[in-house]
Amino acid sequence: MPQPTSRTSLPPYLRQEQERIEAAARAAGLDFFPVIFEMLSYDQINEIAAYGGFPNRYPHWRFGMDYERLSKSNEYGLSKIYELVINNNPAIAYLLEGNSLTDQKLVMCHVYGHVDFFKNNFAFRSTDLNATGKVINPVLQGEHYKPNRKWVDRIANHGATVRRIIDRQGIDEVEKFIDNCLSLENLIDPYSPFMVRSEGPKEEEEPRPVEVPRLRAKSYMDKFINPEEYIEEQRQVLEAKQKDKRGKYPREPVQAVLGFLLNHAPLERWERAVLAIIRDEAYYFSPQIQTKIMNEGWASYWHSRLMTEGVCNASEIVDYADNNAAVMATSGGQLNPYKLGVELYRSIEERWNRGQFGRDWEQCDDLDRKRNWDLRLGLGKEKLFEVRRLYNDVTFIDEFLTPEFAIDHKLFNFEWSKRHEQYEIATREFKKVKEKLLTQLTNLGSPFLYVDDANFENRGELLLTHKHRGVDLRHDYSQAAMSALVRVWKRPVCLRTVLEGKPSMLRFDGKEHTSVQEAAAE
Amino acid sequence: MSLKIDQDYGRFRNIVRGKIREGLRKYISQGDMIGRKGKDLVSIPIPQIDIPRFTFDGRHSGGVGQGEGEVGDSMGGTPQEGDGSGKAGKGEGQHMLEVDITLDELADILGQELELPDIKNKGQSKIRSSKDRYTGIRRTGPESLRHFKRTYRESLRRAIASGGYDKDAPMLIPQHEDKRYRSWRETTEPVANAVIIYMMDVSGSMGDEQKEIVRIESFWIDTWLRRQYRGLESRYIIHDAVAREVDRDTFFHTRESGGTMISSAYRLAAKLIDQEYPPDQWNIYPFHFSDGDNWSMDDTLSCIEILRKQILPDVNMFAYGQVESPYGSGQFIKDLREHLGDDQRVVTSEIEDKNAIVASIKDFLGKGN
Repeated sequence: MPQPTSRTSLPPYLRQEQERIEAAARAAGLDFFPVIFEMLSYDQINEIAAYGGFPNRYPHWRFGMDYERLSKSNEYGLSKIYELVINNNPAIAYLLEGNSLTDQKLVMCHVYGHVDFFKNNFAFRSTDLNATGKVINPVLQGEHYKPNRKWVDRIANHGATVRRIIDRQGIDEVEKFIDNCLSLENLIDPYSPFMVRSEGPKEEEEPRPVEVPRLRAKSYMDKFINPEEYIEEQRQVLEAKQKDKRGKYPREPVQAVLGFLLNHAPLERWERAVLAIIRDEAYYFSPQIQTKIMNEGWASYWHSRLMTEGVCNASEIVDYADNNAAVMATSGGQLNPYKLGVELYRSIEERWNRGQFGRDWEQCDDLDRKRNWDLRLGLGKEKLFEVRRLYNDVTFIDEFLTPEFAIDHKLFNFEWSKRHEQYEIATREFKKVKEKLLTQLTNLGSPFLYVDDANFENRGELLLTHKHRGVDLRHDYSQAAMSALVRVWKRPVCLRTVLEGKPSMLRFDGKEHTSVQEAAAE
Repeated sequence: MSLKIDQDYGRFRNIVRGKIREGLRKYISQGDMIGRKGKDLVSIPIPQIDIPRFTFDGRHSGGVGQGEGEVGDSMGGTPQEGDGSGKAGKGEGQHMLEVDITLDELADILGQELELPDIKNKGQSKIRSSKDRYTGIRRTGPESLRHFKRTYRESLRRAIASGGYDKDAPMLIPQHEDKRYRSWRETTEPVANAVIIYMMDVSGSMGDEQKEIVRIESFWIDTWLRRQYRGLESRYIIHDAVAREVDRDTFFHTRESGGTMISSAYRLAAKLIDQEYPPDQWNIYPFHFSDGDNWSMDDTLSCIEILRKQILPDVNMFAYGQVESPYGSGQFIKDLREHLGDDQRVVTSEIEDKNAIVASIKDFLGKGN
């Protein structure tokens, strides 16, 4: 494909490599968007990285902060950005000027892995756009629809919109409002892009008479087992509940808080536009958070296959191995998503090649037999491609992290020891390790917060409920985020959560934070 | 090359400056928080700047790791937040962020926070600095300096002369020889000069804590005056019963045990000014720090005599800082105030402890002399 040449386009020798690698990747079965590589200097790559890979974004100081951090850790040699690729069609990836040829090849192979993943993994379907550049619901499309992914344009447009707003409102006001929106950025429902909702309000149903569930009993025993007074009492409780619910909005708790605010908060026009942009970008980045381990693992799996099966020549292989080892290293007991991902893929490939799955395998108790289990099915490759299409990190770990894997890779849980004032290995018990890992990945690592009532206590206050799953919210941050909520909702905001084991209600009225312990709710 | 990020970066730096301003009093009274980095840079720890979200209390919540070790073994080091792999919670209590800023920026912040006035320049300024000024036009130069109007005119002239100009479709394509660029000339400009003469009592009664206060205070005075005058010099004089000039390092680390004759230092300062800093060309700032003990009333009187006759006529300001010490009588400041209290050029300040440094800096620099 002829590419327009610009200052940042690849020099001919790398263009040649790109063609070779692309052919190798295609031959291996990868299916990707066209990829455009650009060659950048340190400064430029730090800038682009600070902007999350996009050449144009809305102005905000946080990007400046990221830039400083990146260029500093670069100067001090702490880190080097290895690869940067954006989920766009055509995909755009950046190479760092002055890297060795081996490094550049490694990065290119890695990038083709990512782009294959962007194109095929289901989670990224939520970033499909229609012909006019609107986000579409992939579930409502036919089998073979042709989406576009011109996110570079879309995000540049966001930048232009925000700049226009700044021209009118002044940078301080707009930037402060963006700060507020960003504080709420994680209040999204990662699965909502795939949900289908009926249009318009539901038909108001005739309220049905309340039926109290009865315990089963023989007819002559009924009045003893389900005494009349008790049933009556329960009926009243249930009726009161139903009545409560009827007047309540939203009817059911809404996890997509950001979207709820966008639709219902009394915002000015420009505020709504800014909030919509922040939300849009939060959903754009959500699949990348959902599939961090899978995505990096997949790219690493393929760079190592491609590099060692032809892209590298004999003189480069040691350099490659050296760099690869650095990328895959786990230091100080830390879990490295690249490493965990790639090892899981390899384990899947091997298991499906040897037929280590299904009922017989699950029910086999003989460790020795399991170790030597080999049905010579050769289904590994097929399974790999299926997995990369249909899973995200949570389901991936849930399904493929086996006790054998945890033992082979020496996984453990660590916890803070108060007595020794240090982190210590707490357990290697498989169930607990897996549970911890899944907990950390669930809901993009964010707490579950729901809009419970938009007219709480009939005072127009917003009530959020935190579904507590064992870990408290960080208190100072919660208070700050509630201030941001008040700025958006423009009325007091309440948060029902659990603090140190006690159900509590936090409230912020715009001036003062209060925290009240609640009687244990039903 | 200018980058798109520059504006965002600038706004981030503004936030950083705001944080430094908020904590300035703390930084001033705890001088060791500020690390020197090369000639013009300092690094300052400020509270982590972050966008707060609803998130888990990550402190000590643990996680999943990989590697050798028995249950109960230490992880070795503190696990850091992995790059977005979705680990719960980011902060482990208070993270500090080290930021670098230039001394000039720091001085500006100091000036704004303490509302210090700019200094009225007194000297006549003999040292000159060179500066580039755009003065003319030439035919070659970088594109960024291209003079659009002149280039257009040349292009128009050429088009008309060659008959290629069509007034219905007035399109001009500037050729290489049409292009005109701004050019510049170096000019020299006078620069104000200033000298600070630090004097300190190093007799037995001045302890380490007192010297620390002097060191911190002199850092801020230096920073501020350096911002005001390009060519700032510092001289250091220590004295007990006799005075001598020393380098900076010795100044802060010497401890003598003799008696105290302040006049010796003033005499030396007067000599220094007389020989090296003609007052019509220099802004002169003598700063004297002591615990207020002097050998005798006679000596104090001769101090005042020297000040009045030799030093005060030549200087912008004479500053005396009295550091409280358990041994000093603190008499000297009273004598100074009694005899010279109504002289505008004399500034005295009592510094009880580190927390008083801020007020004392304001005393010294708040007049704008």
